[in-house]
Amino acid sequence: MKIAVCIKQVPDTTDVKIDPKTNTLVREGVASITNPFDEYAVEEALLIREKHGGEVHVISMGPPQAIEVLKNALAVGADKVYLVSDRAFAGADTLATAYTVAKTIKAVVGDVDLVICGKQAIDGDTAQVGPGIATRLGIPQLTYVSKIKEINLEKKKIVVERLLEYGREVVESSLPALLTVVKDINEPRLPSLLGIKKAAKAQIPTLTAKDIGADENRIGLKGSPTWVMRVFSPEARGGSGEILKGELPEVVPLLVNKLMDTKFIK
Amino acid sequence: MAKLLIDKDTCTGCESCIPACPFGALSMKEGIAVVDEKCTFCGACVDICPVSAITLEKEEKAVTIDITTYKDVWVFIEHEFGKVGSVSFELLGEGRKLADAIGCKLCGMLFGDQETVDKFAKEAIAYGAEKVYVMEGPLLKEYRTDPYAKAAVDLIRKYKPEIVLFGATTQGRDFAGTVATTIEAGLTADCTGLEIDPETKYLKQTRPAFGGNIMATIQDYPNYRPQMSTVRPKVFAMPPRDDSRKGEIIRETLQMTEDQVRTKIVEFIRGAETINLADAEIIVSGGRGVGGPEGFKPIRELAEVLGAAVGSSRAAVDSGWIPYEHQVGQTGRTVRPKIYIACGISGSIQHQAGMKTSDIIVAINKDAEAPIFKIATYGIVGDLFTVVPMLTQEFKKRLGR
Repeated sequence: MKIAVCIKQVPDTTDVKIDPKTNTLVREGVASITNPFDEYAVEEALLIREKHGGEVHVISMGPPQAIEVLKNALAVGADKVYLVSDRAFAGADTLATAYTVAKTIKAVVGDVDLVICGKQAIDGDTAQVGPGIATRLGIPQLTYVSKIKEINLEKKKIVVERLLEYGREVVESSLPALLTVVKDINEPRLPSLLGIKKAAKAQIPTLTAKDIGADENRIGLKGSPTWVMRVFSPEARGGSGEILKGELPEVVPLLVNKLMDTKFIK
Repeated sequence: MAKLLIDKDTCTGCESCIPACPFGALSMKEGIAVVDEKCTFCGACVDICPVSAITLEKEEKAVTIDITTYKDVWVFIEHEFGKVGSVSFELLGEGRKLADAIGCKLCGMLFGDQETVDKFAKEAIAYGAEKVYVMEGPLLKEYRTDPYAKAAVDLIRKYKPEIVLFGATTQGRDFAGTVATTIEAGLTADCTGLEIDPETKYLKQTRPAFGGNIMATIQDYPNYRPQMSTVRPKVFAMPPRDDSRKGEIIRETLQMTEDQVRTKIVEFIRGAETINLADAEIIVSGGRGVGGPEGFKPIRELAEVLGAAVGSSRAAVDSGWIPYEHQVGQTGRTVRPKIYIACGISGSIQHQAGMKTSDIIVAINKDAEAPIFKIATYGIVGDLFTVVPMLTQEFKKRLGR
């Protein structure tokens, strides 16, 4: 079973704060992490490999420092990792990114049985690259997967549970397929000491636009239909931050009054 | 390739551009600002530079399509379990404004079996659609990516809308990503603001990023059409319904057979909750402070009195006190109720990312220093196990329940 996992390095947004003076994002000292949803993607690939055998290939597109997230993937047990990085990718929106990642999968992994992505990245929050990759690869997509119920390699089929707004949809799909996974699917393992050592020493191949045979008109800013006109801080919440002070028998009815006045409670 | 140019002679080394960069791509080198490959050419630094030392050189794209052939604003009418998603009506309301600003028609795009299509096309018209493009048949009975994407791609290629809007629901996001990739159009995710540029008549799409810490306004280059967006539910108001409105229904046939559809829905397991987080007007949420699974009892009791859904922070889910589908926040769901009551939730940035656009936030926490109080409309510093049952009692009294 050949599995490709797509991961992204993102800022750990716990640390992202707004500078009250300049009203901009303070990035100093913000740590970079593997996108949390992608950790579930890597873990699910490892679990499938344990059950069905095969190889886990992990791909990340990003700047050179994104190599760190690939080292983490190696440390937990990925067979092969690849960084795809090129100045020519700069300014890529989700269409150009999906094209680049799909080209990379074809170039380095070849015919895959399964592609696994996180449901979305926590910096951009688009959830568009997974479906984009599936479309580019011409394989079906199963988004928001919370459980793999069955994989049948002979019959080339997979049955999964998708976590939707009103419940769980059980879907059967042909293989190869692309899954995007939610947090509920597993609990990612920690790397072993041996794994960390191995990852530290590993040479991680870096692929350029040329290496993956990308069409220069379909990558980076050139291959992106959308562009960011303006970036700004959200308006501060109108929340007056009114702390109701006093004894509870007085404060509780006061809060209830305020909430009843809103007419939202029926 | 686009370039961000920093004029070495003009740059005074004031460093004001460095924190302005949302992507951390700027740094100081020998007293002047330098840019690295993390730059996405967003232009945030260009505006902030007090001496105009930074310029953005964007490559002009060769216009390869005739955008005057693209007309009208389309809204995808999504439905599930025999009901149109309310976000679709909200989008018809907002789409009306966009269509009026451009001077074009507002249209619906609807797929389903014959019965649903007949019923929902009328509803779309009642909420403002002038035309509804429909495809019907057993393959389209429930949403599945393959037949829906095929239907939408064929319609969009034939009728060339200039704007297509989808709800940013699980269905809308699964669907729009596939359609946009197939037709190679721009797609902006999870928008909270839509506006027509008065001069160019292009769509300006505003959305939160970085867990809501920054907002970005996004536009499509004029050589890509249609302009497509998924839009967050409950951001726009429901438009008035008028069943006397008349509209045109345009029927097309799906060119696909069941054996070409690669997925099959085996079953649907309805969630155990009667009130769902996605729809709830009121949410009562519990966090680390509830202390265990039984700690959700007072939370549930308050929710029941208020007709509210039960939410939780990540801490409570990770501790195994409540299932994941209740999790609000960055790795859970994003919600936007009228009232969000946070009980024993400290209010980490990740939790805030999922709920801070709620109209009214109530915080109940023992720790007066908890960050949740900074974004709360009203707060009570106190033990949730005392405060929440008192609230329940008081509401019961007032509501006569």
